[in-house]
Amino acid sequence: MADEKMEKDVVICRCEDITLSKIRELIKKGYTTPDEIKRLTRAGMGPCQGRTCRDLILREIARLTGKKIDEIPMPTFRPPTRPIKLGVLAQSEEDGE
Amino acid sequence: MIKKTADVVIVGAGIQGCAVAYNLAKMGCKDVVVIERNTVSSGSTGRCGAGIRAQWGTEMNCRLGIASIEIFENLSEELGMDIGLHQGGYLMIAYKKSEFEQLKKNVELQNKLGIKSKIVTEDEAKEICPLLNTEGAVGFTFHQRDGHADPMLTTFAYAEAAERLGVKIYKFTEVIGIDVENGKIKGVNTSRGYISTRVVVNCAGGYSKEVAELAGVDIPTYSERHEILVTEPIERVSEPMLMSFSGNFYIQQRPHGSFIMGYGPEEHAKTHAVNSTWPFLEEMARKFVRLLPALKDLRVVRQWAGSYNMTPDAQPILGEVDEVEGFYLSVGFSGHGFMFGPITGKLIAELILTGKTSIPIHMLNFRRFERGELIREPAVV
Repeated sequence: MADEKMEKDVVICRCEDITLSKIRELIKKGYTTPDEIKRLTRAGMGPCQGRTCRDLILREIARLTGKKIDEIPMPTFRPPTRPIKLGVLAQSEEDGE
Repeated sequence: MIKKTADVVIVGAGIQGCAVAYNLAKMGCKDVVVIERNTVSSGSTGRCGAGIRAQWGTEMNCRLGIASIEIFENLSEELGMDIGLHQGGYLMIAYKKSEFEQLKKNVELQNKLGIKSKIVTEDEAKEICPLLNTEGAVGFTFHQRDGHADPMLTTFAYAEAAERLGVKIYKFTEVIGIDVENGKIKGVNTSRGYISTRVVVNCAGGYSKEVAELAGVDIPTYSERHEILVTEPIERVSEPMLMSFSGNFYIQQRPHGSFIMGYGPEEHAKTHAVNSTWPFLEEMARKFVRLLPALKDLRVVRQWAGSYNMTPDAQPILGEVDEVEGFYLSVGFSGHGFMFGPITGKLIAELILTGKTSIPIHMLNFRRFERGELIREPAVV
């Protein structure tokens, strides 16, 4: 019981508000890669781009499937790494030349 | 172990493959296998711009577009999963007089086919999107039932509903051969074993040409890299998809709050590459800030790219291949595969099981290229 309550309370992806119980539910359903979990829940798609949740999700998949972490396909790291304002990007050429 | 026989084997678990599988099972053909090299919606579908529309310039595309929207409108309920539908409309923006003339003709055609699109004034456009900078625009058209659906959730919803009906989806499994004997499909060789079948459906998206080659069929599709980006989410400030053919952009706020946007590259390179580039980021930002200047402080959180699977006339290839009995194509959507998926999935299933379709698609058959009967659609980015 205590474990169940913890699962519901623990937030794994803070940007998108995804809980441990949601992640575990999906892994048990057969979604055993970070990419599938990302596409179904948006975990890792927020402003921090998975900096917090990526490793936590990998560890949960490894734990529940019995696989080693390096056997699980990693999600793609996408640019620009840190959020950049569109207005700043729009000016970059004019300023640079 | 994977199944040794199936009534139908589908190659690819994007929107086409999952929608064909679901519709086959729904019509009673449940012995269906979907072979996917990666995972559900990992290819073009999961990378797309998420727009759905009926504002087209040919009768066929209008019919397919509105029929697909009708399915989208009931899809969350039908499949038992929320698909993130938001019908904020598409606001088409013309910057050239000739372009506006074409948009007006399109609206006339759309209205004749029961699509309630309309020409709107600048003031009306600003009512639809108060933050819009209309500078340079010469005309607008709007259709409220166009909008957004989540490509990933929609595809997973189809996949899960298909599986509940008995369809088997094998992820991380690659098709390495298609067995053809005396002009008929005999089976499919996969990285996890051989499956005997009489029907194969090529729904391989960006890799449609390579999959057709396995059956000895040479189709004129090729893949093009198209880039896209998404911002951090904010409260709802813009309802419609903003789209322009001459302005070369599409921009839409998603139900979740982020803005998703893209444009077509000037030079389309034939490639399977899906990497991102810095010039896209800058040019897209310039287009966005010009159009929605009040949102210039919005931050980009991610950019990516996906394949448009193109054909010589930028229209899909749908139907059976004459040379190989039992080999069906649902490929070459040229950037519009997600929005057409719900209807084409249904039509391909009808074609396989009954030999007929509820909306005519014979003009989209592969043999149109041999006959030179190409289709000209004026409303594409």
